[in-house]
Amino acid sequence: MSHFLDRLSFFRRQSDSFSDGHGVTTDESRSWEEGYRRRWQHDKIVRSTHGVNCTGSCSWKIYVKGGIVTWETQQTDYPRTRPDMPNHEPRGCSRGASYSWYLYSANRLKYPLIRGRLIRLWREARATLSPVAAWASIVEDPVKSKSYQSVRGLGGFIRADWDEANELIAAANAYTAKTHGPDRVLGFSPIPAMSMVSYAAGSRYLSLLGGVCMSFYDWYCDLPPASPQTWGEQTDVPESADWFNSGFFILWGSNVPQTRTPDAHFFTEARYRGAKAVVVTPDYSEASKFADLWLHPKQGTDSALAMALGHVVLREFHLDNPSDYFLDYCRRYSDMPFLVRLKKQGDYFVPERLIRAADFSDGLGETEKAEWKTIAISDATGDPVVPHGSVGFRWDGSGKWNLEEKSGDGKDAELTLSLLETKSDIAEVGFPYFGNAEHDHFAGTEHPDVLVRNVPVRSLNLAEGETFVATVYDLLMANYGLDRGLGGDFVATSFDDDVPYTPAWAERITGVEPKQIIAVAREFAENADRTEGKSMVILGAGLNHWYHMDTHYRGIINLLVMCGCVGKSGGGWCHYVGQEKLRPQTGWQPLAFALDWARPPRHMNSTSFWYAHTDQWRYETLGVDEILSPTAPEGDWSGSLIDYNVQAERMGWLPSAPQLKSNPLEIAAAAKAAGQEPKDFVAAGLKSGDLQMSCEEPDDPANWPRNLFVWRSNLLGSSGKGHEYFLKHLLGTKHGVKGKDLGEMGMQKPQEVVWEEKAPEGKLDLLVTLDFRMSTTCMYSDIVLPTATWYEKSDLNTSDMHPFIHPLSPAVDPLWESRSDWEIFKGIARRFSEIAPEVLGVEQDTVLVPILHDTPGELAQPYDVEDWKREDTMPVPGLTMPNVIVVERDYPNLYKRFTALGPLLEKTGNGGKGMAWKTEIEVDQLRAINGTVTEEGPTKGLARIETDVDAAEVILTLAPETNGQVAVKAWESLGKTTGRSHTHLALPREDEKLRFRDLQAQPRKIISSPIWSGLESEHVSYNACYVNVHELVPWRTLTGRQQLYQDHLWMRAFGEQLCVYRPPIDTRTTKPIMASQENGNKQIVLNFITPHQKWGIHSTYTDNLLLLTLSRGGPIVWLSEDDARRAGIVDNDWVEAYNVNGALVARAVVSQRIKPGILLMYHAQEKIVNVPGSEVTGLRGGIHNSVTRTTLKPTHMIGGYAQLSYGFNYYGTVGSNRDEFVILRKMNKVDWLERPLAEEAAQ
Amino acid sequence: MTQYATNFLFGIFPYICFAVLIVGSIARFDRDQYSWRSGSSQLLRRKQMRIGSNLFHVGILVILFGHAGGLLTPIFIFDALGISHGAKQILAMAAGGGAGILCFIGLTMLIHRRLFDPRIRNNSSFGDIAVLLLLYAQLILGMGTILISAQHLDGDEMVKFMGWAQGIVTFRGGSAALVAEVHPVFKLHLVLGMGLLLVFPFTRLVHIFSAPIWYLGRRGYQIVRMAGR
Repeated sequence: MSHFLDRLSFFRRQSDSFSDGHGVTTDESRSWEEGYRRRWQHDKIVRSTHGVNCTGSCSWKIYVKGGIVTWETQQTDYPRTRPDMPNHEPRGCSRGASYSWYLYSANRLKYPLIRGRLIRLWREARATLSPVAAWASIVEDPVKSKSYQSVRGLGGFIRADWDEANELIAAANAYTAKTHGPDRVLGFSPIPAMSMVSYAAGSRYLSLLGGVCMSFYDWYCDLPPASPQTWGEQTDVPESADWFNSGFFILWGSNVPQTRTPDAHFFTEARYRGAKAVVVTPDYSEASKFADLWLHPKQGTDSALAMALGHVVLREFHLDNPSDYFLDYCRRYSDMPFLVRLKKQGDYFVPERLIRAADFSDGLGETEKAEWKTIAISDATGDPVVPHGSVGFRWDGSGKWNLEEKSGDGKDAELTLSLLETKSDIAEVGFPYFGNAEHDHFAGTEHPDVLVRNVPVRSLNLAEGETFVATVYDLLMANYGLDRGLGGDFVATSFDDDVPYTPAWAERITGVEPKQIIAVAREFAENADRTEGKSMVILGAGLNHWYHMDTHYRGIINLLVMCGCVGKSGGGWCHYVGQEKLRPQTGWQPLAFALDWARPPRHMNSTSFWYAHTDQWRYETLGVDEILSPTAPEGDWSGSLIDYNVQAERMGWLPSAPQLKSNPLEIAAAAKAAGQEPKDFVAAGLKSGDLQMSCEEPDDPANWPRNLFVWRSNLLGSSGKGHEYFLKHLLGTKHGVKGKDLGEMGMQKPQEVVWEEKAPEGKLDLLVTLDFRMSTTCMYSDIVLPTATWYEKSDLNTSDMHPFIHPLSPAVDPLWESRSDWEIFKGIARRFSEIAPEVLGVEQDTVLVPILHDTPGELAQPYDVEDWKREDTMPVPGLTMPNVIVVERDYPNLYKRFTALGPLLEKTGNGGKGMAWKTEIEVDQLRAINGTVTEEGPTKGLARIETDVDAAEVILTLAPETNGQVAVKAWESLGKTTGRSHTHLALPREDEKLRFRDLQAQPRKIISSPIWSGLESEHVSYNACYVNVHELVPWRTLTGRQQLYQDHLWMRAFGEQLCVYRPPIDTRTTKPIMASQENGNKQIVLNFITPHQKWGIHSTYTDNLLLLTLSRGGPIVWLSEDDARRAGIVDNDWVEAYNVNGALVARAVVSQRIKPGILLMYHAQEKIVNVPGSEVTGLRGGIHNSVTRTTLKPTHMIGGYAQLSYGFNYYGTVGSNRDEFVILRKMNKVDWLERPLAEEAAQ
Repeated sequence: MTQYATNFLFGIFPYICFAVLIVGSIARFDRDQYSWRSGSSQLLRRKQMRIGSNLFHVGILVILFGHAGGLLTPIFIFDALGISHGAKQILAMAAGGGAGILCFIGLTMLIHRRLFDPRIRNNSSFGDIAVLLLLYAQLILGMGTILISAQHLDGDEMVKFMGWAQGIVTFRGGSAALVAEVHPVFKLHLVLGMGLLLVFPFTRLVHIFSAPIWYLGRRGYQIVRMAGR
């Protein structure tokens, strides 16, 4: 009744004791306990997850109390795995558990915001002008546009309303499409798997507009080019549950407990089961606690270590004491038996391209695509045969694209790995050696540039005459420096020989003791031999962020292939970097890229784009001659990195954006006037020079990107390598670039691009960012739109770490004026359709499409590279230049198209990765599920896509992974190409259809589909390439096998036919500036490393108060005690790291766990939290990317060549940044810059 | 001072204060349990806390019990013990003065951190600051009375206050007249002291009622509810 009166119970209070008086019983009121009980009571629980790129994809319970999201806990209702396997749950981590903080935090975006100076100009113009004319009046006046561009990043937002913001954006898009072309409107949004519907919202709008969707996986440098090179697969990896099946791990640069927290329990469980773990990281990372052995090579020398491991395995398990399992695996599943032509170059031979059926005068009986069918020797007959499965069989319609041990003529053909026994000659073959390069910070050895080694060869009678050929296997043995009794130099009989790539040699490069290398290699291989492949390498993107990342990865992949681990349960290559696995990909693509209305969409590889349009190329100091191979074939290998990119774009290898200097909406009409087909018109125009590719003049205003949408991303706070160059050239605002460009330095300029004396500053007219929090990117935007958080919208989320598909669900409606991404882009689309008629109607848009992987077009140039511009030939669309396709855009009906499922799915069907199937049934199902459009107009009768749940149903219904009958159709489609039946993999689940509400009820496992290379079943855990090995489905490569030999001309030019050790490049960013910026404190030069952290995930959470409290509450960099002593720095000092690219400030964390020589700054610490001004730039601190600048690698630009063909986020240049060095020193003065902008203070 | 004012301030006002203290405290205890707390800022900042708080509390407790014992103990007990009025006054001045100095130092530190540490200041309510300043004023007034007392060490004044206090708590009318002629500093001290009782239920001072002293006498380490309740 009353707390007070209840206490007045002196006469009836009973008390007793127990446990010898240690305990007391009482009958006094305990009603105060209700307070604690109520604390954890709630009104409802909603299932959602976090749409963040962490690979976690964990199902969470979101608690709502009184209409407020109060907290979240981990879901524990995952379906069981199998007997004898641990379960997946609970999944989650401290980052996810603190997410609900964002909803009501001060950092939450609540209303649409527009840059004050811009909105004043807009309102003034709109008072008298129509929307598009109003926008024209602003951007066509340099004074007006500069006025708002120059204050980007400096605050000054004012609250706007949705109508005004939408109108401004729509007007800018319409103006840009009309004036410059729709390919000047771009969108950057990463990782669809984080929140597929939200991604699709923006990309659907852009695709209907003709705008460009930009790639992310390659730009993040998480794309391992070695994967497409070897497997023809972007990335496919085992789920974390499969770790439990492994017997031996190398955890290489991956920090599982810190960055894969929800999955780490499988690692612990595997250790309990008896697996051995070797951890390879330069720093003593959190993962090192798992280690039986911790190896800490010098950072950036991982390929040297991998090569030495391979050397030991080949010596002991292939040569001295051969493992039957290993040899059989290599024969059947790798390109090792295939024949390579040797070409005399000077005193020695150089391994050239793989020979093809077409090289024989009779084509060995092959007539179709014979120039794409590779050759090996039959073990039984000793004759050359054309084994099934090479890429020629994939597209010749023969149904022989499989890994059966047969040749094209139908005979059995077991292949010969080595010609050692049957050789006709021994050839001296030259292998390039790069480990002797001079570098201030990396050790080299003094071996010569070319290592000439003896290789067993056979002379074959080809159409061109007698030709020396060798198997890849024999070349591989020689490349690893193994003495096989053939004599000659640079081969080793002992591990102690100082010959590349022995363990003794590796110690000089990496600092790892030979005996440890030998022990690890021996145990890794022995486990694989005994368990048939259950040895595993888990590796993190740290290795992949070096300029020569492919060599690190190929070294490791070689090790796995020579031990028969890939495609085996508990074995293989686990490259975990981000949520690249968009499981229902083929259901999602039609929605996301509006393939239901028009094909193809416009895609761009971001690395090349940002390199060109943030003008980082103008500062490029890496010469091609520094990375060219001493064994490069004859030819013109001059030029700079961007020259190679321009070549790749015009040959159709890489995409372009913007595409042509002319407006693509005007090409079709011009072609018609000229009486030509558009593709002939474009080809002729390019040849004559009447038309130009935009990439040749990135600084010409006609080729600038004009409008940019950023959503689900923190481009400028996280992934923007060369941050200060973004600020200077793309945004035109204050920046910290301290270096000079090539013109100012008087250095050699690129040949293929036009050099403007004055670099443009402020290319972008409008930057629109959607976010739920005020991120660094939002700070630099012109318009910021508040989105729903991950607890306020419906969406889908998948990961490569587990087979479940998770929903995001609204626990509460979007707070304040926020809206889901779907509703935001729908709103923009609606306004765009209303105002487009001012300048746009139904238009013909000419789209340039690069030569795409997994299409018949990937068989473009089989032998040499023909650059039509340098040679006297006409370009041929789809063969030597991009395809040219005209697409109709119905701008006034864009909104109607956005909200209805278009007719192409019924007309043309759907598919992916080279497969195609019909979808009429599924489209009808969607009409029933989502309802049909009843309003009059072009979309009447089509299925609706009105809400985000409708959109999710489109994905789930169309995807084989979530709709069993589609999965069966997909396997049938694959069976036509392989000539084998695969439908048994999906038939047991044919009737299953996962719907959005099903996912909300409980996590559901996806259905096995041929879009992916693993199976999800009651018998095996998901493991990459399992289908290739167990269903004999070829890899999507040139030979159809795991391709260890890269025979493309450009690969050979850069010496990477086979894996080699390549030291980091010299970025030349510290010396030019070191002396001029002294502040009196000791300066030291350190390698700048940016791994993922404990207190944030990708670009999110480093502004979260809870996690900031657990960390140090602001920017920090880690360095070793030795380096700190050298520079006179003590823990928690404010320090500054800088180079010619810019500067950043942070507090120093001095720790024993860091290897000397490294400055480690965890990725994406927000510029908006506790960042003071820099002494070097005088501007606010900078972010981790303020000191980086990305550098392209020509071998990543190769296209039109089987697995080396472009695909969105599949192949292309990657934005590496690990080779960077910075100058570190203690700061004298910490200036918080808390005063008005100088120009405004002056007024 | 008019007789009315004297009668009201020293005859009636004490009962208003006591009534508010009792009714207000019970009401708050019943209606707003979560607010019944000392509101310590120790988690926000340790600095100046350990010394300041301890000095303050030691001093104020000595003063509090000194006042209670000195004022409410019937005078005949002292007489019976043979302690002269003058001696008792000197004892009170010495003990109170000493404790007052400790309390003054402590309170000064607490006020300093309360007002000038931004983190504490931003986490302080009006009441938190007001209570400290009221106590400070009361303490200074109390110390001021020592100077006045020092001018007449015969103990007569002191006996008047004892008579007044004992008259109030034993509900005898006319007590106000006993203090009608004392020095104004004493009067201010008395009024402010009773004022403290008036604000007591509405501030963190309520923690005095819940000082965790019962634990000292508790048997057993674990307390368990009886079954059936």
